[in-house]
Formats: sequence, structure tokens, C-alpha cells
Amino acid sequence: MDTLRQVRLVWKPIVFLLCLLPASLVVTDALEITGRLGANPIEAIQDRFGIWGLRFILITLAITPLRRITGWNWLVRFRRMFGLFTFFYILMHFLTWLILDQGLLLSAITEDIFERPFITIGFTALLLLVAMAVTSTDNMRRRLRRRWDKLHYGAYAVGVLGVWHYWWQVKLDAIDPFVYAVILAVLLTHRMWHYWQRRRMNP
Amino acid sequence: MLITKPADIRPSEITSREIYFNRREFIRAGSIAGALCAAGPALSAIVPEGRREKLEDVGASAFSTDETPNSYEDITTYNNYYEFGTGKADPYQNAQDFEPRPWSITVEGHAEKTGTFHYEDFIKPFDLEERIYRMRCVEAWSMVIPWVGISLADVVKHVQPTSRAKYVAFETLHDPARMVGQKRRVLDWPYREGLTIAEATHPLTIFAVGVYGEVLPNQNGAPIRLVVPWKYGFKGIKGIVRMRFVERQPRTSWEMAAPREYGFYANVNPDVNHPRWSQARERRIGSSIFAGKQPTLMFNGYGEQVAHLYADLNLRKNF
Repeated sequence: MDTLRQVRLVWKPIVFLLCLLPASLVVTDALEITGRLGANPIEAIQDRFGIWGLRFILITLAITPLRRITGWNWLVRFRRMFGLFTFFYILMHFLTWLILDQGLLLSAITEDIFERPFITIGFTALLLLVAMAVTSTDNMRRRLRRRWDKLHYGAYAVGVLGVWHYWWQVKLDAIDPFVYAVILAVLLTHRMWHYWQRRRMNP
Repeated sequence: MLITKPADIRPSEITSREIYFNRREFIRAGSIAGALCAAGPALSAIVPEGRREKLEDVGASAFSTDETPNSYEDITTYNNYYEFGTGKADPYQNAQDFEPRPWSITVEGHAEKTGTFHYEDFIKPFDLEERIYRMRCVEAWSMVIPWVGISLADVVKHVQPTSRAKYVAFETLHDPARMVGQKRRVLDWPYREGLTIAEATHPLTIFAVGVYGEVLPNQNGAPIRLVVPWKYGFKGIKGIVRMRFVERQPRTSWEMAAPREYGFYANVNPDVNHPRWSQARERRIGSSIFAGKQPTLMFNGYGEQVAHLYADLNLRKNF
């Protein structure tokens, strides 16, 4: 089997299932099979989906730098899948907030979205993810051409907004958001460095 | 209901200082002897039993709510006690080996009976009462907790503050070797809290020393903590080692850390939101995940008893 077929037929399904694991653990913990969600299960569910969404956007943004460093071009075959899992986890995070936390109470939801900056930020990131998810098909990519590239630069914005959203909702101890911010900064710096290198070579 | 004080204890009944400070030796000798006699597994059962020591002579209180209390598990595994870590389960995990005895409490400042007292001597003059209170955290969740405590008003009366005392300031133990969370400076240790004299002598305010009729677990602030049910939970300073009677409003830990977000008064108030989240509703811990939130009540539902304390205060400014 050549590498591309092996990626498509073997590695993609395996990685897909691995990406579903954090979500399945939320379910089995809720049923108290694999663990427990603790005294505040809604907060636990919401936090877990949120943190995995953040991890997936960082994984997605790490694909290109990794590919450039290692020369493993097949990595790019996983980028869309990781991007869509980012969307999936953030959507679950949002739905947990919308349905379980806010109980679909419209006044509370709109107040939170428009008056609480950290929720405004999170909601903006979600809207960007929706736009990228619905245009993620090959067909849409062909149809949108250069506009597609522009739209999908939104992935960087999602990374920044996501870390910001996380940082702002922490009461005091920002050590965890700080770690995510550092990883994001490294990934973005690598890209900027690469961009400047290219401009220097082809002015 | 009339709650009578027990008769004074005769000096002959009080454990002498030598025996008191050697009691660890005494217990160790006893448990070694016990272990030699009994089979192995019995020893492991001693530890949790010892930790969940029943409190005797606990009176009831008319201030108790008739709402259903949260489970012992909820109350003892979901805590904010940064001295043992910033995660909600951290205090439960990291405070297990904490030894809250011997413990002493220092009373200082503008009061007649200042000094440092052994914890046991400090609480001895006061009656234990069960107080089932609502507890509203500033993070918009709440519980109902059956505290056992002593009236802070009784304590204040006992130590006789002078007319210069306008506030009481409290401090938590600062001992990073025993409280792992203090190894990082997330807050400016020691934890500090304060009340006005009127708040401290309000009949609802207690020093809690137990929960569910048993000695207070470490993660809940053993051996002694403050409970002020109409204020956000962070006012309930835990592991208290010092109370100081002062003239000027003392600085408090959360106010020092984020003055825009947390004030000295910290009265539960659904109309004054936290800058980053709403305080209008709260999640009752232990309710079904589909139950939704419930409305937060002014002064956490204790307005009838405490609203008069703030009649001349702008609560929006003095949040």
C-alpha cells in the first residue's frame, strides 16, 4: 500500500476514533462507568468540551509547522479532520452552556453573549468555526477559491479568541491558560517567521 | 427555644498541658498496642473513623432553613480552598493529611481579652448549634450545608472589644509546608477576611467547627472557619488562626487580588453582577443536570434579618 492509501484507509479511521475518545469519556464518566463528573457535572462537561476544543485548534494549527519541520507532507491530510473536531468540541461546549447551563433561557443567553466580553469572544470564535465547517468540503473550496483561503485564515483567530476566552473566565489562577497561550504564541511565531522568510526570498 | 449552658468544667477534669502536648505519643503508643492485639485490617479502619468524629451536645437553631441539605460528599469534595490548590477537587485531595491539631487562635487589637488560646479552650465557653444555611458562591453555584458552629456574637462579647473596634479582621494559617497551595502565590498569603462589628455580632454569623454533626473536615476549613450566610462564600475564611479588632476597614484577600471584581462587603446581590458573569441566578449543586438554575435571592434570602445593616449603604458601590 502506498503512503496516501495507507493514510486514508488505516490511519484516518484510527485517528478519527482517537479524536472521539474525549467525548466518549464525558459520556461514560457521566454514567459513572469510567469515572465521575463530580459535584457540578454541568461545569465539568462544559469545561471538558471547551478544553478539548482548544486542544484541537492548537493541534490543527500545529500541522503546517510540523509538516515544514519534518517534511512529512501526509500530515496535511489530517488537518481538515482536526479542524472539524475543533468545531465539534466547541459546538458541544456551546450546547452544554446553552441547554444545560442556561436552560435555553433566552434573556440570560442574549445578556451573556452581548454583555459578558469573555462570552462574546467565545461566541465569535464559534461563528467563525461554523463558517469554516460549512465550507470545509472539497466542492466549497473549489467554488470559493481565494476567498476560501481568506476565510480559513480564521483558524488563527479562533486560536487567539479561544485562549483569550479561557483566560478571561478563570477566576484568578491563570497558569493553565498561560500554557495554552505560550503554545499558541510559538505556533503563530513560526508562521510569521516563515512568511517573512518567503518575502525575503521572493520580494 | 432556651439553650442552657453546660455546667462549668472543674479544673481537675481539664487535661493538663503536658498530657495534652504528649497526647500524640499517647495515641501512638495506644494504637501500636491496639495493632499488636487486633488484626491488621482493623488499623486501616481507625483512620477514617478518627477523622469523622461526632460532635456532642449540638443544639438546634431557629435560623436553620428547611431546604434539603447537600450530600456530605458534595459538601466535602467540591471546595474553594486555595491553600490546598485552585481546583474544586484539590482541597479534598490535598488536605487529607493536614493535621488541624494542635491549633491556636490569637485575639489581638482593640479588645480586653487578647492573647493566644488553644483551640479547645477558645471554643469551650460556647454552645454548639446546628445551623443549616444556604451557601452562595461568587461563582454562581450554591449548596445547603448543615454546619455546626458557635455564635460569633458570643465570641466577640466574650473577648470584649473596646469602643475603638469597628471591624474584625481574620487570618488563615500561613504554612506552605502543610498547605501545598500556598507554595504558589496565587493569592497574597495569608488569606485575609474581615467584617464590620455589626456583621460579626449578627446572630446569623457563626464560627463553624463541624458539618453534619461531625468535626469539620480539613477541606472545609478545619478546625474553625467563618460562615456568613448572606455573603458570598469567599467571605467564609477557613483555618482561622487570628482575629484582630481594628478601627479601619481591613484589606481582604479577594479585594486585594481583583478590586474591580470583589469587594469588602460581598453581600449576595442578584442585581449587581460580577464584571465577567451574571449573579442573577445560581446552580444548586446536587440538582438534576436538567434542573436549570434558580434565581438568586437578595442577601441570599436572609434579607429580613440583615437588610437593616446596610440601610445607609450604596450596595452597587459597596459590592
